[in-house]
Amino acid sequence: MIAEAPRLASVESEAAHKVHARLEGVTRVYPPRAGHGEVHALGPISFDLRAGEFFSVVGPSGCGKSTLLDVLAGLAVPSAGTVEFEGKPVRGEVPDGVGVVFQEDASFPWLTVEDNVAFGLRRAGVDAAESKRRVDFAIGFMGLRDFSRAYPSQLSGGMRQRVCIARTLVLQPRLILLDEPFGALDQQTRLLMGDELLRLWRETSATVLLITHALDEANLLSDRIGVMSARPGRFLDIVETGWPRDRDSRLAERADFGAVTSRLWSYLRGESLRALGQGMAAR
Amino acid sequence: MSKAGWIRTLLLVGAVGALELACRTGAIAPTMVTAPSKMVTTLVETLRSDEIGMHLRHTLSAVAIAMSIAIVGGFVIGFILNWVPFLRRAFSPFLAAYYAIPHFAFYPLLIVIFGLGPVPLIVLATLFAMVAMILATMAGLDRVPRVLLKTARIHRLSLIEEIWRVRLPAAAPHILSGLKLAVAYSFIGVIAGEFILSTSGIGHEIAFAYDNFDNPRMYALILFVLGIVTLFNMAVFAWERRMLRRRGA
Repeated sequence: MIAEAPRLASVESEAAHKVHARLEGVTRVYPPRAGHGEVHALGPISFDLRAGEFFSVVGPSGCGKSTLLDVLAGLAVPSAGTVEFEGKPVRGEVPDGVGVVFQEDASFPWLTVEDNVAFGLRRAGVDAAESKRRVDFAIGFMGLRDFSRAYPSQLSGGMRQRVCIARTLVLQPRLILLDEPFGALDQQTRLLMGDELLRLWRETSATVLLITHALDEANLLSDRIGVMSARPGRFLDIVETGWPRDRDSRLAERADFGAVTSRLWSYLRGESLRALGQGMAAR
Repeated sequence: MSKAGWIRTLLLVGAVGALELACRTGAIAPTMVTAPSKMVTTLVETLRSDEIGMHLRHTLSAVAIAMSIAIVGGFVIGFILNWVPFLRRAFSPFLAAYYAIPHFAFYPLLIVIFGLGPVPLIVLATLFAMVAMILATMAGLDRVPRVLLKTARIHRLSLIEEIWRVRLPAAAPHILSGLKLAVAYSFIGVIAGEFILSTSGIGHEIAFAYDNFDNPRMYALILFVLGIVTLFNMAVFAWERRMLRRRGA
């Protein structure tokens, strides 16, 4: 999939949108435990992820964004509702073709960059020559060529996150889920990583779902942005940005860029205040 | 050599030199401590005699057996306790209080049960060393970052693969520190046990020399034990350093 020519279509009719993953009435409720009662963390949420789109989810902290990703990835089982990926139900197991990148550093400190990137290929049953080709490509693509024999401890946080992205890339995922992958990085690095993410998205033609708390980042990167309410998280609205497929961080210079961010914030201001209140009450 | 290395060497050479001087001038009586040079010459003589080889074999084989059981058994038990939370809750108070027990007080009991020979020594040293390994294994497995376990799930690893490719390497630094303790404790257990009551072994030889006021021989053997343990520890340490250096620790 990585080697495939980039998709040329940037303008598609509404009817042409193929559903890649579908959530229907998904909720997630945590059973009562010592100290607190039942926690309704998420939903009900229903939405379709379109094939090849860049979709971001923004929402106040604690609204269940990460839970949504876990459910979609098959890392968590929904309490009610169904999740489908490519027409097949997802339940408690990560489907083939889904790659996930987390906010925390998930590189293996005992493996070199090269071995980190190749980690999943042994399991995937890819032959040695093909493995090497894919690893070389992913390392080159993420700009890690000079560090392929280095260990993660020798790299910066941004570089380690690239290692994790490259590790996902070699498996040629058709759906890439990113849980605040740049959350721990400084602002400049975030912008650059965002550009790289856009390039990756264009060149692999994978579907991307990004969880983020940065409204500018969501605006810049996405075709559509799902705005979530305070807990239990539901979509208040799904905002279509209408940005061209061939875009990068210079998009922020456009006159209409700010309008989208403002719109996101107008939704989120009240919800963030509510979430803040929930946090205070829980304490 | 680094600054710290120079200081360390200077300290060691200075201490040995001062002791040598104090012994030679008579400031310390030979009935108290023999001069380091005498320790070395007596050690060379002692090592030339054939019976010391037998004692050394007895000690080292007991240490090797105790160490192996402690390391393998400690790892397995630590792993199981980590895996089964209710077992861990049941046993953790005992483990926490374990090193408050004066193990050597039970040595006579072990002799009564197992007879005078290598078995009570091995049991004593194993009991002494194993719990350090259990605790280190549990601590190591506790500290495996959750995100790495999630990563294993994303790669759809089987349970065995997850343990082998993620849990164990992630826990390795802690497990290795437990292994180092288990090595040291095995030596202590065997040699101290031999010292208390035994018919052979280096510890017994030290005790024998002590009982006979044979100071030069006693100090020579103490020096010998020190040498062996240091060598062994350095080997494990070098191995650990090589592994940790890659991780930037």
